[in-house]
Amino acid sequence: MTRRRVLDEADIRRAIRRIAHEVIERNRGADDVVVLGIPTRGVPLATRLAAAVSDIEGTPTPVGSIDIGLHRDDIDRRPRVPLGPTYVPEPLDHKTVVLVDDVLYTGRTVRAALDALADLGRPDRVQLAVLVDRGHRELPIRPDFVGKNLPTAPDERVTVRLREGDEDEGVWIEDDR
Amino acid sequence: MRTLLGTEDLDRSSLDGLLDDAEAFLEVLDRPIPKVPALRGRTVATMFFEPSTRTRLSFERAAKALSADTLSFSPGTSSLSKGESLKDTVQTIAAMGADLMVVRHRAVGAPARVAEWTGLPVVNGGDGAHQHPTQALLDALTIRRAKGALDGLRIAIVGDIAHSRVARSDVFAFATLGADVVLVAPRTLLPVDLTGWPCEVSTDLDAVLSDLDVVYLLRVQTERGGASVFPSLREYLRRFGLTRDRFARLRPDAVVLHPGPMNRGVEIEAAVADDPRALVLDQVTNGVAARMAVLFHLLGGADA
Repeated sequence: MTRRRVLDEADIRRAIRRIAHEVIERNRGADDVVVLGIPTRGVPLATRLAAAVSDIEGTPTPVGSIDIGLHRDDIDRRPRVPLGPTYVPEPLDHKTVVLVDDVLYTGRTVRAALDALADLGRPDRVQLAVLVDRGHRELPIRPDFVGKNLPTAPDERVTVRLREGDEDEGVWIEDDR
Repeated sequence: MRTLLGTEDLDRSSLDGLLDDAEAFLEVLDRPIPKVPALRGRTVATMFFEPSTRTRLSFERAAKALSADTLSFSPGTSSLSKGESLKDTVQTIAAMGADLMVVRHRAVGAPARVAEWTGLPVVNGGDGAHQHPTQALLDALTIRRAKGALDGLRIAIVGDIAHSRVARSDVFAFATLGADVVLVAPRTLLPVDLTGWPCEVSTDLDAVLSDLDVVYLLRVQTERGGASVFPSLREYLRRFGLTRDRFARLRPDAVVLHPGPMNRGVEIEAAVADDPRALVLDQVTNGVAARMAVLFHLLGGADA
């Protein structure tokens, strides 16, 4: 097995800072922005992104979470996983929702998140921020904000660890070759 | 988990997992659109061979909130009245394409036989005086939400223990979750054999009242002969009912549960039933979420 680190803690911090600037630039401020993280690791990333946006703009940016466990299209093909929290900090109608996940891969998680979002309100627009885009999309979905584009082979694994729930922090690529 | 027949089979981590998911489903039920597609295309058959309104409706509401379809069976309008056997009945419904059966039957063990006959996942919706596991889950969920956790809580289950599948299910679930359970009943309403039940027993409600965190009142089951051991229902209230006077002697943070339907003036005085610390309606809402968790555990996810 080979394993190499592609982002360290400082890289992640800088990526989130840059994405925060891009979110503000794209939306001409952050007045109507609500940041929603996809459990598990999208949630701490969303919290960090919202904090960075708040810091730059000087006004608080609401942050929540949206679990997709009940909206998956492969519920009967994979072992059941515990449900994560869904928390919507304020009504989403007429807002700009920035969905946050750690790794964008097939796009099926984001598809499920969009379905879940439709039951929670009708935002004016939805944008997608990911820490890593590793390619291999199976659905017509693309990110609006990317921490790092990471070309990978399908048999490689991308692992993200964050201080909020893990003992260390970074992004690694692993394979069994 | 392929079936849910009783709470004796559930270990701590299974119970915690079901309760955690039930909390997530409570959030779903609170949404503007309280429905998720998790069990789309699945069919849940509610097979109630004994009268029930609230349990059946609660299961159907749970199934529909998960986008499952429901088939509903009632004995009154069925071929049972033409003499069809239980086995033929459940195999017929299974052949129509049910993916899971909820079974209520007056015979102890009927849900287990249905699981053997059909090969389907089965949830026990109440069998005789044996078990009613989803009631125990919703009760545990209600207590957990009111108190944070069951660990170390002192819980009294009061009333007709002998005829009660709720009592049996609750004792095992509450004890597994770390609570300290005491059964309170006249000797005539206690089961003959309590071997293996993880609880204490008392025949004096007033003696245990002051250190309780939870009072769980059972319904006096007049239809199962529960009242016949008492000269009158007023006598029952006087000795084992939660009167205003007893309620006032509880700890100020103690809560009251009842599986419903309540006999006001028998096991609970009307004023107590309407107190905010009586969590009867929370139990009903939590019941839908708890049953969603059970259906999702049995039907969602490939077999590991």
